[in-house]
Amino acid sequence: MQIPPLSERREMTCDVLVIGGGTAGTMAALTAAQHDVQVLLLEKANVRHSGALAMGMDGVNNAVIPGKASPEDYVADITTANDGIVNQRTVYQTATRGFAMVQRLERYGVKFEKDEHNEYAVRKVHRSGSYVLPMPEGKDVKKVLYRQLRARNVRARVTIENRVMPVRVLTVDGRAVGAVGFDTRTGEFVTISAGAVILAAGAAGRLGLPASGYLYGTYENPTNAGDGYAMAYHAGAELSGIECFQVNPLIKDYNGPACAYVANPFGGYQVNAEGNRFVDCDYWSGQMMAEVKAELDSARGPIYLKLSHLPDATITEIEGILHTTERPTRGTFHAGRGHDYRERDIEMHISEIGLCSGHSASGVWIDEHAATTVPGLYAAGDMALVPHNYMIGAFVFGEIAGEHASVFARTASRPALPEDQISAAHELIYRPLSNPDGPPQAQVEFKLRRFVNDYMQPPKTERYLSLGLESFERMRGDIARMGATTPHELMRCAEVTFIRDCAEMAARASLARTESRWGLYHQRADLPASDDERWFCHLNLRKDATGAMEMLTRPVAPYIVDVPGFTRPDGIPNEPVGTELAGAWA
Amino acid sequence: MAQATNRVDVPVSVDQSKCIDGCTLCVDVCPLDSLAIDPETNKAYMHVDECWYCGPCAARCPVDAVTVNIPYLLR
Ligand SMILES: Cc1cc2nc3c(=O)[nH]c(=O)nc-3n(C[C@H](O)[C@H](O)[C@H](O)COP(=O)(O)OP(=O)(O)OC[C@H]3O[C@@H](n4cnc5c(N)ncnc54)[C@H](O)[C@@H]3O)c2cc1C
Repeated sequence: MQIPPLSERREMTCDVLVIGGGTAGTMAALTAAQHDVQVLLLEKANVRHSGALAMGMDGVNNAVIPGKASPEDYVADITTANDGIVNQRTVYQTATRGFAMVQRLERYGVKFEKDEHNEYAVRKVHRSGSYVLPMPEGKDVKKVLYRQLRARNVRARVTIENRVMPVRVLTVDGRAVGAVGFDTRTGEFVTISAGAVILAAGAAGRLGLPASGYLYGTYENPTNAGDGYAMAYHAGAELSGIECFQVNPLIKDYNGPACAYVANPFGGYQVNAEGNRFVDCDYWSGQMMAEVKAELDSARGPIYLKLSHLPDATITEIEGILHTTERPTRGTFHAGRGHDYRERDIEMHISEIGLCSGHSASGVWIDEHAATTVPGLYAAGDMALVPHNYMIGAFVFGEIAGEHASVFARTASRPALPEDQISAAHELIYRPLSNPDGPPQAQVEFKLRRFVNDYMQPPKTERYLSLGLESFERMRGDIARMGATTPHELMRCAEVTFIRDCAEMAARASLARTESRWGLYHQRADLPASDDERWFCHLNLRKDATGAMEMLTRPVAPYIVDVPGFTRPDGIPNEPVGTELAGAWA
Repeated sequence: MAQATNRVDVPVSVDQSKCIDGCTLCVDVCPLDSLAIDPETNKAYMHVDECWYCGPCAARCPVDAVTVNIPYLLR
């Protein structure tokens, strides 16, 4: 294709722009529509099968159901799992609004497991409370959501554009006023003017290179390349906890969940090669991942998900879940190797690194109303910092973002879009067309992500991290020379720039936090101890006025609930919630 | 830059004898946009080796023409 002139563009306008039509983005769009604003939902894939839920989900990891658990326990559990560094007000939203969300989804037609008394059949995986709620027909969740999006009253309010990919959020006087991107099929240049913008573009899932070497064989859906992290950063928003990487225990090579949460209630569990349990709690946390890594590196490795001791009928039932929903090709994978759960336990490994607040605690800094530090810019889902927020948290914060962005958009002025930013984005998108003979994206991306593995994988050290940073700076040159000839290749090239941005953020944040914390997630071999005196705080980063990456710290907000067995090292007293948050539970 | 075209084994295969002329369902839903219609045959095929082996392409196909294999490097 040819580079389109800067002036040749499709201009769109809306009240609320939602970037990413996955879990959080869909709920944001549905909620904004209820608030009577015009919504534009841009999805680089197709909302019918996009994102983490492309094929559905096995269950809810974190539902606080009345009578089964309390919001206070959940908030305390998540605080403990994050070594105390959480804004409890955000986690409390997930805790108190999760049940209403389960009910909303149920009204839409999503099925949740109930016991013989018609009560929600929650299971215990976390350290203390029971929050895991299976979804027996989880494969239909996308279908159900799509039906809502296309319902007549919603259709009038929500315009969906599939295969349109924003690359930058536009700002005027520090406020988000729209976005700029392109159509990944036709190559058409697109600008959007909006009253408010919601980023819901998922995790930075294409950061580390999977051990298989396959660029797209990631734990996360590889469409989520860190687009949202990069867009928020360049818009001037603060990001936080970027040094708290995501690392997961997965089926070796397949690189999908094994999945202990599903197998546990049936009697499956993780063992080392000697057949012994080696973690006392299967809940995914940095501490657990450190235990997994230690086991893998020891003479007791490898590790397995043990199912072979279970009766045939139980295994058939487990297969019925694992091989049909979420990642249905798990069955294809095992069959291809001639492996059967009845005879052979499932070999596991740990994943490449990523950034994700859905599973870990690295994301765009938001308050309990999903607002970023940039007025008019909201974020929700895996890319927004609400620790261990998972699917129900993505839905809840999608809802909150939809609500608050709508209110903001209603009174927002609509300035002319900034031509300098539009022109810079045009250069970012189409530059590879001017080097058709430059190195192709796949090679550039492979090299970049191999450096991520070489230098960033925990345990981290200052020397390795510095070499990583140097490599990511050098890769700017490779990226500038990268070549493409089609709109599809332009999409992949833009993603490489997002991956590089995320890699640089990961290196700088990991260097700045001069201590170890969160188990494996930020394990510094050169600084193995935690330093509560200096580092019991959030580490945030943002783009400063000169365009450089600036680090800053923020104190941990006063807790709203006590955390049994944990005393805040800074001694700041609790500030119980006001009715505005507590009301959500009532 | 000197360039070469290497052969790669791609994970998604489409049975050309079953694939419906003019149908684009699998192409529409692929998150990575890795399927395309061959203009010569009007049938779907995998045009790039970019795959999360997730499966909407196969699930959506009305005539079971699409098979998702595990990418060779992971298989
Ligand atoms: C394999 C797997 C299994 C999981 N299992 C569970 C489970 O059992 N229980 C549970 O509670 N949670 C589970 N999770 C976590 C949960 O699914 C996620 O936390 C949640 O779905 C995240 O929602 P999201 O909206 O942030 O991201 P997604 O749903 O992934 O949506 C992001 C969307 O943004 C789009 N996008 C990205 N970049 C752009 C761009 N530049 N322009 C336009 N669109 C863009 C993507 O195509 C995608 O559709 C699992 C996650 C994975 C990956």
